[in-house]
Amino acid sequence: MNDKTIIRVEGLTARYGGITILENVSFDVARGEIFVIMGGSGCGKSTLLKHMIGLYEPAGGRVIINGIDIHSADEEALLAIRTNMGVLFQSGGLLGSMTLAENVALPLGEYTDLSPAMIALVVGMKLGMVKLRGYERHLPSELSGGMQKRAGLARAMALDPAILFFDEPSAGLDPVIAAELDAMIKNINEGMGTTMVIVTHALESILAIAHRVVMLDKEAHGIIAEGDPRILRQQADDMRVTDFLNRRIS
Amino acid sequence: MKSQRQNTYIQSVGDPQGEITLFVAGRVALDTVTRVMNEIHAALTAAVPTRVVIDLSRLEYLDSAGAAVLLQLANELQARSVACELVNLSEDSQKIMELLDKRMLTVPATPTDNAATGIMVDIGRASLQVRDDFVLLMMFLGELIRALGRSLANPRSVRWPEVLFYMKRAGVDGLPIVGLISLLVGLIIAFMSSLQLKPFGGNVFVASLVSVAIVKELGPLMTAIIVAGRSGSAFAAEIGTMIVHDEVDALVTMGFDPFRFLVVPKVMAAMCVVPLLTLYADLFGILGGLIVGVTGLDLTVFTYIHQTQKSIHLFDITASLVKSVVFAGLIAGIGCHRGFRVRGGAESVGAATTSAVVSAIFLIVVADSAFAIILHYIR
Repeated sequence: MNDKTIIRVEGLTARYGGITILENVSFDVARGEIFVIMGGSGCGKSTLLKHMIGLYEPAGGRVIINGIDIHSADEEALLAIRTNMGVLFQSGGLLGSMTLAENVALPLGEYTDLSPAMIALVVGMKLGMVKLRGYERHLPSELSGGMQKRAGLARAMALDPAILFFDEPSAGLDPVIAAELDAMIKNINEGMGTTMVIVTHALESILAIAHRVVMLDKEAHGIIAEGDPRILRQQADDMRVTDFLNRRIS
Repeated sequence: MKSQRQNTYIQSVGDPQGEITLFVAGRVALDTVTRVMNEIHAALTAAVPTRVVIDLSRLEYLDSAGAAVLLQLANELQARSVACELVNLSEDSQKIMELLDKRMLTVPATPTDNAATGIMVDIGRASLQVRDDFVLLMMFLGELIRALGRSLANPRSVRWPEVLFYMKRAGVDGLPIVGLISLLVGLIIAFMSSLQLKPFGGNVFVASLVSVAIVKELGPLMTAIIVAGRSGSAFAAEIGTMIVHDEVDALVTMGFDPFRFLVVPKVMAAMCVVPLLTLYADLFGILGGLIVGVTGLDLTVFTYIHQTQKSIHLFDITASLVKSVVFAGLIAGIGCHRGFRVRGGAESVGAATTSAVVSAIFLIVVADSAFAIILHYIR
C-alpha cells in the first residue's frame, strides 16, 4: 500500500446467511479522490460501504484504511480510524433527540478539548459550510430531508476527517437540492483534500463529481468495471456498464 | 383426425402421430383462465400427446394473466419433453406476450424465513431461535457489565444529564401510578384479609399481614412490573427507533460505544430510582391498609402503625431494596437489549416493545422466586 492509497479493499466477500452478496472484491481508493461505487439496485453497494466503515464483518478479505485492517484493529487503533472518517447515512443518521448544534457538537465534545465557546464557533462554521446557519436549535424532525442530509454532512465533517463516506446522498432529494449537495461535496474535496467514497446510482452526480468509479453487478457479485466514468460511458467493453452510464435498456 | 368439442373454450384435434392441436376460443383472462386451463388439462390427460400446438386464431381477448398461464403451460410441457408451440397469435396477443419476462418462469422463488415447512421444522427453528436469543442475551449482559464497570471506574465518562433525564422519566413521572396502584393493592389485601381475621378477633393482624406482604413481596414486585410497562417498553422503543433511523450506526461510526452512550444512563437511572419508588410504593400500600383498618376494623392509627412497626424488620426492608435494584437492572437491560434487536421498521419496533415488557416481567418473577429461597436461608 503506497502513500497515495488511503483505502484498500482486498478480496472482500460479503454474505447474508447463505447468500453471497459480494465475492472477492478488491480495489484501492487514492488519497483526495472522489471515488464512486455504483451499480444497479441490489448489487451490494450499501453492503460494500458498510463493510468499509466497519459496521459489518466480512466473510472473507480485508478493509485497510491508512494501513490498518479495520476488522482486526485493537480498540485504540479503531477509534483513531473512526475519528478520522465521517459517514453520511442515507437517512442522515442525526440523533432525533438532539438539536442540529448538539448533533454537530457531539464528536467535538467527545474527542477534542475545545471549550464550549470554541465548539459553538466550530459548529456554526460547519453548519455555515452546508448553508444551515441559523438552524442550530432546530430538531432534525423540524427540517426537510435535504436539510437533514446537509446537517448530517456537517456532523460527518465535524472533526475534519481525512475520509468521508456517503450512502446514497441524493436519495429522496429533488434535482436542484441534489445538485447543491454534489457541489458541496466537490467544494469540500477541492478545498480540504478530503477523500470521498460515495455510494450512488444517480448518474448526474456520478458524471458531475466522480474522479473514478467502480461498478458492481448483482450477478457477478463484484466489480465489472473500474475507471473514469466519462471514459467508461463511451468506451467500456461491457455493455452493462455503457447501458448503465447512458441510461439505456438493452 | 379426432375432434372433440364438449368444452366452452377449447377444441382439441388430435392425429395418429400423437400431435394435438388445441384451438382456444373466446376470452382468456383473469375471469376465465381457470376454466380454460381445466379444459386444456382435461384434453391433454385424455390424449397423452407427443406434441402440442396451441392455436390462438379464434381467441377474442387475451390479458397478461392469460398470456402468463399459456406460457407457463408451454414451459411445463417442454419440461416433460412434449414439444409445444403457440401459433396464430394476433398482433395484440403478441404484444402482451412480449411484455412478459419469460425468464421469470424458470427462476425459482427466493427462499424466505417465513416459508411454511411443517411443524417439526418450525419447532426446530424456534428452538434454534431460543438458543440464539439466549446467546445474544448473555453477550449483551457481558457488554453491559463491562460498560457499567468502566463507568464506575471512570464516573466522568458517564452522561450524567442523561441519567438525570431517565431518573425523572422512570421515577418522578411514575409516582402517581405507582402510588395509586400500591394504595389500591393495600386496600384490597387489608379488606380481603379482614374478612378472614375478623371472626377470630384478629383485626390488628391485618396490619401485620399488609405490611409483611407489601414490604417483602408486593411492593418491589408491583413497582417493578409498573416500571417494566412504562420504562422498559420506552427504552426498547427509543433504541429500536434509533436503529431504524441509522442513529446507532452513526454513533458507532463516530467511535461512540452504544452501550456507554445509550444503555448505561438508562440502567443507572433505573437502578437509582426503582428502590426509591419501591419504598414509596410500600408506604402507599401500608396507607391503603391503614385506611381499611381505621375505617372498617375500628383500629386506631397508632395501633395500626405500631403493629406495622412490630411486623417489619430492617432485614425485610433491605432485602426489598436489594431486590428492587436487581429488578431495575433486569428491566432496563432487557428493554435496551430488545431495542438493539430491532430489524426493519415499525412492526419490529412494536414487537420489541412488547417483548421487552413480557420478558422483563418473566425475569422479574424468576428473580423474585430465587430471592425467596435465598432470603429464607440467609435469614
